[in-house]
Amino acid sequence: MKVKQYKDVLSKPLIEENPITLQILGICSALAVTSNLSVTLVMCVALTSVVSFSNLFISLIRNYIPSSVRIIVQMTIIASLVIVVDELLKAYDYETSKKLSVFVGLIITNCIVMGRAEAFAMKEKPFISFLDGLGNGLGYSVILIAVAVVRELFGAGTLMGYEIFSLVSNGGWYPANNLLLLPPSSFILIGLMIWGIREYKKDQIEPNEFKLSGHATAPDLRKKEANV
Amino acid sequence: MFEHYLNIFITTVFIENIALSVFLGMCTFIAISKKIDAAFGLGIAVIVVCLITVPLNNLIYNLVLKEGALSWAGLPNVNLEFVGLISYIGVIAAAVQILEMFLDKFVPALYNALGVFLPLITVNCAILGASLFMIEKDLKFGESVVYGLGAGVGWAMAIVVLAGIREKLKYSDIPDGLQGLGMTFIIVGLMSFGFMSFGGISL
Repeated sequence: MKVKQYKDVLSKPLIEENPITLQILGICSALAVTSNLSVTLVMCVALTSVVSFSNLFISLIRNYIPSSVRIIVQMTIIASLVIVVDELLKAYDYETSKKLSVFVGLIITNCIVMGRAEAFAMKEKPFISFLDGLGNGLGYSVILIAVAVVRELFGAGTLMGYEIFSLVSNGGWYPANNLLLLPPSSFILIGLMIWGIREYKKDQIEPNEFKLSGHATAPDLRKKEANV
Repeated sequence: MFEHYLNIFITTVFIENIALSVFLGMCTFIAISKKIDAAFGLGIAVIVVCLITVPLNNLIYNLVLKEGALSWAGLPNVNLEFVGLISYIGVIAAAVQILEMFLDKFVPALYNALGVFLPLITVNCAILGASLFMIEKDLKFGESVVYGLGAGVGWAMAIVVLAGIREKLKYSDIPDGLQGLGMTFIIVGLMSFGFMSFGGISL
């Protein structure tokens, strides 16, 4: 029973309850850092470790946090973890840390981290909270990596900097689609991805506020045209 | 001098629009853009908070955290930049809290209009992002006031425009799976392509 619960907590956020496509959390960074796969991977590792450890620590002290100041306590824990990640990144991978610039700092306000701390870690035991953080971090990573693969592969013909499609500019056959390298394209990719997931998981579809009355008006229009 | 400030303002509102060019504050941007009224209220709240926190963080950075900034206290070799993130978010959280109490006491009408949105703003990346970009650009105090205002106005403008489009969109025939969130993403993508056309302008 326990094991199944652990498995659920870990695997549900991947597609079914994905933080990005269903809960609209943590999109801010999803867009700006996905033009290059290796940068994206670093970002995913950074976020996944912050969200799982913040869940773990918040869950450990959940019974001692007065609820009136909980937001600021959570914020402090998250900010300290982000500082650790930021300093580690600066020490061991300075190039990538320059490319990510402010986006590592912005993990603090990434809604996934706050959202999971508030919705899960404040109520559950430490180990399962850690797994929940890990699962949500991975769910975020799945979307980010998918977007980054599409953008880098079709936008620049490379993956992780290695050439996959030989570009026309280097005497190959593939004309690079520069549109995909522009940041707004990731919005459109995520939009299409949400469409795909919702066609597969019909229960996620949002109901339409105003139902259209089908094609009932079409014959009337045709009649009018005929009269003219 | 005035021209310099105007330059910063126009650049932050249009060319480096914080929502549509650097994609910050997206979670609230997409979640609260269903109605123009709500979007407008949130936009005003973001302008106010940005205008207060960006200059505040500028002062903290320049007077306390920057390398050698503590020389007025007799500590010329101290570099506190590593606690930057935690102090900026602390300043933002405190400023929002104080603003909330101040409005509640002195301007209840505005408090009732903004009340719901203020706590949300603490975790809005647009606010922290504006502070971080301000540090990265190494702005002076006066410039940071203009930058904060510009960042807020740009974000507010973008969310009001998106809300306008979404209100019209309610009556259109969209495939079921794309309804709501999916369509919003694609619209924001197209809007931000539109905003990229400002990118070529140099002031």
